[in-house]
Formats: sequence, C-alpha cells, structure tokens
Amino acid sequence: MTDQKEMEAASHHVVSPMIYVVILIALLVGTALTVGASYINLGIFNPIIALAIACTKAILVVLFFMHVKYSSKLTKLTVFCGIFTFLTLIGMTLADYISRAWGQW
Amino acid sequence: MSDSTAIAHGEHEAEAHEAHPAFLRHHFENVEQQADAAGFAMWLFLLTEVMFFGGLFTAYLIYRNWYYPAFVSASHQLSIPLGAFNTLLLITSSFTMAMGVWCAETRKKSGLVLCLVLTFILGLGFLGIKTIEYSEKIEKHHVPGFHYNLSSFLDPDSDAAARAAGDKPLPLDMARHTEVYFSLYFAMTGMHALHMIIGIAILAYMIYRAQAGAYTAGHVTFVENFGLYWHFVDIIWIFLFPLLYLISRHS
Repeated sequence: MTDQKEMEAASHHVVSPMIYVVILIALLVGTALTVGASYINLGIFNPIIALAIACTKAILVVLFFMHVKYSSKLTKLTVFCGIFTFLTLIGMTLADYISRAWGQW
Repeated sequence: MSDSTAIAHGEHEAEAHEAHPAFLRHHFENVEQQADAAGFAMWLFLLTEVMFFGGLFTAYLIYRNWYYPAFVSASHQLSIPLGAFNTLLLITSSFTMAMGVWCAETRKKSGLVLCLVLTFILGLGFLGIKTIEYSEKIEKHHVPGFHYNLSSFLDPDSDAAARAAGDKPLPLDMARHTEVYFSLYFAMTGMHALHMIIGIAILAYMIYRAQAGAYTAGHVTFVENFGLYWHFVDIIWIFLFPLLYLISRHS
C-alpha cells in the first residue's frame, strides 16, 4: 500500500513556479512582438507572422500552463487528435473555397 | 482456484477501503486513475469548444477573403492599445491561475485564495475594457442591425480612426459588407466574453470554497480542471487579438 501511494505521488507531476514565470515572460514578449510587427508594413508576411506568434504562444500555454507536457499519454493523444481533426476540417473547408472556381478567373 | 482469488480479492478490498481518501470514488482503482479520468473528460469538453470557436474562425477567414477591403477598413475601427492591454491582462490572469493550481497541489491555502482573487480581478478588468470597446461601437452605430451607420466607410475623412489609418472611401456595396465584419467581431468576442463571465462566476464560487480549505487537502481536481478551462479561454483570445485587431493594419 505504501508503495502504491509513493507511486501515485511520483506520477502526479507538480510543475515548479519558475517554469510558470518563464512562460509568462515568453508570452508577454510574444505579445509585444506581435503588436510591434503589426506596426511594420511586411505585406503578405503581416498575417503569417501574427499567426506564427499566436500558434507559438498557444503551444506554450497548452504544454506548460495546461500541463500537457507532463500529462499521461492518453491526454497527449487526446489533445493531438483534437487539434489534428480541427486542422483537417478547416483545411478541407478552405481547400474547397480556394478550388471551387478553379480555372474560371 | 476460484476460492483463493475470491479471498484475495476480498482482502484487497477490505485493505483498500480503510486506506483510501474520502474523495476517492469507489468505481476508481486509485486517486491517480480518478484524476486521469477527470482530466481526460475535461479535455474532451475543451475539444468540443475548439470545434465551436473553430467554426467561427473559419467563417472569419473565408469572409475576410471574400470582402477583403471591407474587413480591412472595419478592423481599423478597433483600438490596438486597448486590445494589447487586454491581452496583457488575460495572459497575466492565466499565470495567476497556473500559480493557483500549484498552490492547491502544494496545499497552500492563503496562496490559493490570493491567486484566485487575482485571477478574478484580472478577468473583471478584461471585461471592463471590453465594455469600453463595445460602448464605442454602440456610440458610432457600428453594431450590425437597423441602425448600422456606414459613414465611417463611405466617407473616411469624417471618422478619426479611419482618417488615422488612411482609409480610402469604399463603394456602397463593399461598405455594406463591413457589417459582416462587425457581426463576426461581436459573435467571436461576445462568445469569448460569455466564457469569461462563466469563468468569473465559477472563480467566485471557488474563492468561497477555497477559504474553507476545500482544495488544499489533496483533492485538487476541481481547481486543476477549472485551470484548463481558463487557459483555454486565454488561448482563444491569443488568436482573436491578432486576427481581429492586427493583421489588417497595413492593408
């Protein structure tokens, strides 16, 4: 029984506050970068950079604030499957809108 | 053989029953399995939320491509400083929430209450600034509907924000499509704000319960899963802010 309790304690990973502080700073820097980049005219790269920074910030939040990095394989697989399904749906929808009038412009 | 397993099983159950903590439900083997199941269920719920907001984001992307000039002019009506400050508030509230989960896990009651109160205040601050932004839209008649006013887009010189962004006058049919932008703006930020309001209500309940020591005695599932919800709401805003406020600034 004591063995089992120790195992339980070890398997539940407590993330240290230092990591949270580092992630907070990274997120604030990311926000400053994305606002700064929007004031510079980069043409087509404005939305690309904004979305790249947003995705990076979201990944940091999911991995560290939401503990996915330290979670079970089941949780990791669930999160991955959900995001994969979402990207598939949005990708197929956008592909349809792009190719609907193919060759007719 | 069946006798011996029955006895072994019976012994195991008796032993487990006297040792298990009060919050462990009997249909779970151990605390870890119960926590895993709750976390798994919370993630499934969040994935339905991803699909829900994902539909709105997809609609926004498609309409932005169709009515590009209207979306550019309409997005110039939003204030980047207010949006950036709100991002700051929400990211900080995510941090205080993560610290709250840590306090619950390490059984620090006063720390947990402090973190929850800070998260609560930052969340209210976000909604306060959102109210200022919404009231601006109402005053300028930029809320879609019968009283929608096109003058900012037909005659940009009459509007300070449009003049500052150097907007060109839009033809009437394109100017009318700015209403699509504001419909999506209110639908997306409104649904996000609704999630914030629900979160703030649950936070108030949690502050009340945390003061009684509810989450600092080993059972942290509620705080942990609420943390997942709060971080998810933060992620939605992380995408809303650049898409609605930033990407059309120079177009």
